[in-house]
Amino acid sequence: MDFGLSEEQEMLQETIRGFAQNECPTTRLRELFDEGEGHDPALWSALAEMGIAGLIVPEEHGGAGMEILDLALVAEVLGEFAIPGPFLGHSLAIRGVMLAASAAQQANLLPDLASGEMIATVALQEADAAWAPESWTARVRDGRLTGEKTIVSHAALADRILVGLDGGGLAWVDAKGQGVVIEDLGGIDRTRPVYKVRFEGAPAEVLEGGSGNAWQLVETAAVLLAADAFGSATKLIDLDVAYAMEREQFGQPIAQFQAIKHTVARIGTDIEPARALFWYAAHCQDAIEAEAGRAASVAKAHITDRAMNAARESVELHGGYGFTWECEVQMWFKRIMLDRSLLGTPDQWRERTAVMGEY
Amino acid sequence: MDLEYSAGHQAFRDEVREFLKGWPLKGDEAKRPQEEQEQIFRKRGIEAGYVYRAVPKQYGGSEQPSDAIKDRIIIEEFYAAGAPRDLMSQGAGLMVPTILEFGTEEQKERWIPPALTGEENWCQGYSEPGSGSDLASLQCQARLDGDEWVLNGQKIWTSSAQRAHMMFGLFRSEPDAKKHEGITYLLVPMDAKGIEVRPLREMGGGYEFNEVFFDDVRVPVSNTVGVRGQGWQISRATLVHERNLIGNPNMMREAFSDLLDLARSRTLNGRPANEDAGVRRRLAEIEGYVQTSQLSNMRQFTASNKGKMLEVMRPMMMNKVAGTDTMQMIMKCAYDLLGGDGVIAPTEDELDTWGRKTTSSGWVLQYIFSMGPSIAGGASNIQRNIIGERGYGLPRDLRRTS
Repeated sequence: MDFGLSEEQEMLQETIRGFAQNECPTTRLRELFDEGEGHDPALWSALAEMGIAGLIVPEEHGGAGMEILDLALVAEVLGEFAIPGPFLGHSLAIRGVMLAASAAQQANLLPDLASGEMIATVALQEADAAWAPESWTARVRDGRLTGEKTIVSHAALADRILVGLDGGGLAWVDAKGQGVVIEDLGGIDRTRPVYKVRFEGAPAEVLEGGSGNAWQLVETAAVLLAADAFGSATKLIDLDVAYAMEREQFGQPIAQFQAIKHTVARIGTDIEPARALFWYAAHCQDAIEAEAGRAASVAKAHITDRAMNAARESVELHGGYGFTWECEVQMWFKRIMLDRSLLGTPDQWRERTAVMGEY
Repeated sequence: MDLEYSAGHQAFRDEVREFLKGWPLKGDEAKRPQEEQEQIFRKRGIEAGYVYRAVPKQYGGSEQPSDAIKDRIIIEEFYAAGAPRDLMSQGAGLMVPTILEFGTEEQKERWIPPALTGEENWCQGYSEPGSGSDLASLQCQARLDGDEWVLNGQKIWTSSAQRAHMMFGLFRSEPDAKKHEGITYLLVPMDAKGIEVRPLREMGGGYEFNEVFFDDVRVPVSNTVGVRGQGWQISRATLVHERNLIGNPNMMREAFSDLLDLARSRTLNGRPANEDAGVRRRLAEIEGYVQTSQLSNMRQFTASNKGKMLEVMRPMMMNKVAGTDTMQMIMKCAYDLLGGDGVIAPTEDELDTWGRKTTSSGWVLQYIFSMGPSIAGGASNIQRNIIGERGYGLPRDLRRTS
């Protein structure tokens, strides 16, 4: 019985944290945020060299062979530093391949993905908030994919797209090939731009491993989004504390007012204990399959909701400055907006929790 | 991370389950009064090494080698079986750990055994009319006269003082010392001459807590726990035990499960309430908090097991306020599910049984009771001060110095 991180896991987080502090401090993040590309090739290749691009890819295919929990721990730190880049979609595409592709397909696809030289993303959600696998309508006929997906992160950057199909299957598509039309949606989170992708008879390879894994993929997404939101919220609390100590009104630091202290305590109490919630949800995907669905539902709903609340409180705590573009709070505020709204809102995941818990 | 139990611990769990087949009692024993039955079974639990594991045998405990995982298995299994284990009373839960840590040999031998069996009940004499959140400002006086303390003053919100044989309390022994330094921790017989207990009626209608008045009450100096003037430091240790009693995640899980049953039994707009989309969302939102508390508790458990307590100081500070807030969420949701039945007052019977949640007015009583833990043992707003100051390093409030 050990509900804690291993030394390797703690070191993994510390390594990425150290890297992020050096290579993407807030000044650099600000530049990337204003550029709005949501990507820095140097940053991505450095992360790939550290093994982050292929973290869960088995070693025989050139990856680090780690677990979903490790992936979620990385997502937490990337959220904490709001690191721009295709980590989310790329990791989910790998997860989809590992869940649904045949052994031959895996041997073919995973090595390029593991090195990070080939960048992939996932296209799951369709219009009208149709994010659950049952509602997907994209279909492959005679090797050609038709359908429309939305809120696809980093579609313009990606080389390949893993697409969710009618009936829960998954297909592999060349994002730069014919029949793929990509439209920038002008996403709010400028560290992770989102696109609409139309497939007009694009050549597609259907993953052969069956169609029963779509929910598992969506649940992995839920866990990674929850972990990212958790990391983002802890960063906001740090910003709140620093600002409250520095900002003076009525002749004293505002941190000395209980209204401010209690705001920090409230959002801290909402966020800090929930670390265990995303750990558990991730660990269930690795080791406790029967609990994985419910745990992912609870983690996505609870953490992204509480993190969004923390973000709104953080803006308020920063006063008029908090409302500006200049204030760094907005970058994490918007990061959490994406974590919360992509692939199911808290209300939708709560209904799923109710179904899985047989209320 | 590995949530599987080792083979040894799994075998231990089986052993505990086997033992628990003895509860409820059978045959003639089952005809005895409930309290006696619990005492009989608790005694067996001590003999088997499952109850009062941290208390030495000579004081009535079972003195087992420290094994936090075994402790957890015992709590889980006894809880699931509804079997009596360590009393969660103020005596066994709060006084005993304090005496074990700070008491003399004579005090341990005299006071611990009857507190463990429940033969002697204890109450806690901390709060005073002018000293609630600012407990260290307490004024209830202890003056040394020969080999006796002479007590004068008043305590308030003293739960179960009317049934208590003894009080452990804080008294000002050095009126000229700084406020945290002039306090002494004393054990006071409740039948001493000069003590008067006056009941206070709670908003729920019952009479569980009291005012206690001291008028030249004489207590032997041998009833001093630890060093004279060090009572404040000693009481901090007790407070940790009290907050742990309050933030129990098993209790939360059970209350949530009762809430689900309530939702299934009520109707809303002509349909079972548990089919209503709004109710379902609200229940799932509460489950988020319940799971968070349980899992955060597991994380703290592992960390303290590995000697990494410092890493979980923040979530530990948050247990009480998170736990009581979640219990309140559960009770608020239950109250709304009652609809119009929520205006019916609890019966005398329900007051006696602390509102078992089988009737709607029992739930009403629980709805009211759920306010209590948010205030007892450090009100939530004080907890938030502690989280802000010690958890996040914010400066202390400006306070007037006297």
